[in-house]
Amino acid sequence: MQDAQRPGYFGQYGGRFVSETLLFALDELARKVDEIVKRDAFQTEWRGLLTSYVGRPTPLTETARLARAIDPAGKHLARLFLKREDLCHTGAHKINNAIGQALLAKKMGKRRIIAETGAGQHGVATATACAMFDLPCEVYMGSEDVRRQAPNVGRMKLLGAKVIPVESGSRTLKDAMNEALRDWVTNVDTTYYCIGSAAGPHPYPELVAMLQSVIGEEARAQSLTQTGSLPDGAVACVGGGSNAIGLFRGFSSDASVALYGVEAAGHGIASGQHAATLTAGRVGVLHGSKSYVLCDEGGQIQEAHSISAGLDYPGVGPEHAHLKDSGRARYLSATDEEALAAARMVARTEGILPALETAHAFARVGAIARELAEARGRPVTLVVCSSGRGDKDLETYLSRLVDS
Amino acid sequence: MKRLAAAFERRAQASQKVLVAYLCMGDPSEEESVALALGCVAAGADILELGCPFSDPTADGPAIARASQRSIEKGGGLASTLRAARAIRAKTEVPIVLFGYYNPLFVRGEGTAVTDAAAAGVDAILVVDLPLEEGAALRARAGELGVAVVPLVAPTSAEARAGQIRAVKDRSGFVYYVSVAGVTGAAAAPLRDASRQAGLLRAATGLPVVVGFGVDSPEKARQAASEADGVVVGTAIVRQIEDGTTPTDRMTRVTNLIRSLRSGLDGAS
Repeated sequence: MQDAQRPGYFGQYGGRFVSETLLFALDELARKVDEIVKRDAFQTEWRGLLTSYVGRPTPLTETARLARAIDPAGKHLARLFLKREDLCHTGAHKINNAIGQALLAKKMGKRRIIAETGAGQHGVATATACAMFDLPCEVYMGSEDVRRQAPNVGRMKLLGAKVIPVESGSRTLKDAMNEALRDWVTNVDTTYYCIGSAAGPHPYPELVAMLQSVIGEEARAQSLTQTGSLPDGAVACVGGGSNAIGLFRGFSSDASVALYGVEAAGHGIASGQHAATLTAGRVGVLHGSKSYVLCDEGGQIQEAHSISAGLDYPGVGPEHAHLKDSGRARYLSATDEEALAAARMVARTEGILPALETAHAFARVGAIARELAEARGRPVTLVVCSSGRGDKDLETYLSRLVDS
Repeated sequence: MKRLAAAFERRAQASQKVLVAYLCMGDPSEEESVALALGCVAAGADILELGCPFSDPTADGPAIARASQRSIEKGGGLASTLRAARAIRAKTEVPIVLFGYYNPLFVRGEGTAVTDAAAAGVDAILVVDLPLEEGAALRARAGELGVAVVPLVAPTSAEARAGQIRAVKDRSGFVYYVSVAGVTGAAAAPLRDASRQAGLLRAATGLPVVVGFGVDSPEKARQAASEADGVVVGTAIVRQIEDGTTPTDRMTRVTNLIRSLRSGLDGAS
């Protein structure tokens, strides 16, 4: 949670490292978050849309076959539950945040919405919310991501959004965010910038975490209802970290629930081609907040690599940096190959084809169960955030998995 | 900091305006950047802003973003920019402003970065993405070494900032007024309004105020400077360097630009 003494900071992380022009737009946004988002009227309207439009609450599904596939003897993993964000309208958790921010933009009187997107899930979610609220929407997307997430590009266009391919830098999420920030600073009077991850300058990390914490709230209540107790651990993939922070917030006051984030190790940490910012990065400043980043010793941001466009980002939300340093959460990583294998296993044991991002979380469930079971002296129950469905990744899956 | 004050004082006494020249260091090479910077001074620039290239320059338009990328590909960055500053300082007493983004300074360590900058002959530091609220540590360290930290003010922030800047006046050197909500190189910056705002800001803070963003011709320089103490020219210089084909061609283009801007400004005074 935010530092009570220093709004916008999570421990030493967060803040507002932006140009002077944007600082005052962020001031306005922070005020509106207090005046609008935190009020009952907004909460009622937003939660109503989550029910009637998004399809919440999403189920907490027990996946016994997957549990046995991961741990055949049942020595470490007693029960495994998936928080089914893949069943949200548009196919991922991103819609929780997009609906909330689009509603806020409407109430702030903004006439145009911009967004950045990596995998395209946040872009699709924002385009969806904008179609519903009748707001023009422009989505910045790295041209490399446009190529590898073609179905989502098509979806955004069908929803009436304009997709702007970004050709600079690594042509991925980082560069899309650069361009979105340049657009925002130029059109700040009329435009609302809908950030998709729990990253960026204050108040975005807190705003996005607030809107995604519905994941953890539901998962906690469902765990109690369905099992009579809290899980031993909660697991989620981490790129910028919005589904993870949403899940973690539900359990942050429950000391007995261990929190695990899984980053993208790409070709392996040692290869240098990865997106494991918390695992292998250093403290720095990117896109308006202080957190861990992947950069060289001269402070130049390095290109990340992941097979998953949604995790292919050299930064991470500041709250995760704080959770790492404080030891409240632990961060592991999974390689491209491990994620692909995990996706195949989840598909074949449970009939659920996860997004490539989500597959990284599944890839570490076995290791996490072992570690936690050894610490607690008994098999454990885990909840994994099934953050999105894999339809958007079909091209990658078809080329890498079908014959295997 | 004394060199900065002297530069403003000299032009003010002659009823002239200060011309600040920005160069993206390392584009096309560290050595040529040094030569071009010295060329700018000889052609009539009063203050140099040495741009430290950054991989993700979100406050910059395409021209400076491209230049930054070219520079980084050839090894440009903070270390190279500081070497260039040292080389320039060895030849001239022109005030030098180290201009860039926060991460390279933060990763080097603010204290080390400021110490190294002071040793290289840098008079002031301007960090685009370090607003007053986040910059206390850097200002404190820079203040101990006599290095100014230049505050930026934007059209969205002018009213709120004057008082805050007055409070750090002794450590500021001057104020950089951003003419327009946008990125560097903006085509349609409202320069007359900006100049008026700059004039108000000078009255409110007691510091010299220069106007930057969108100043790319003698006429625009004159407009922007009319009620301000001076102007910053960046993208226009970077474009001349990008368009030039040889070192001689680039030097000719850049010095011709500076001379034309200088005469534009002097025509106004």
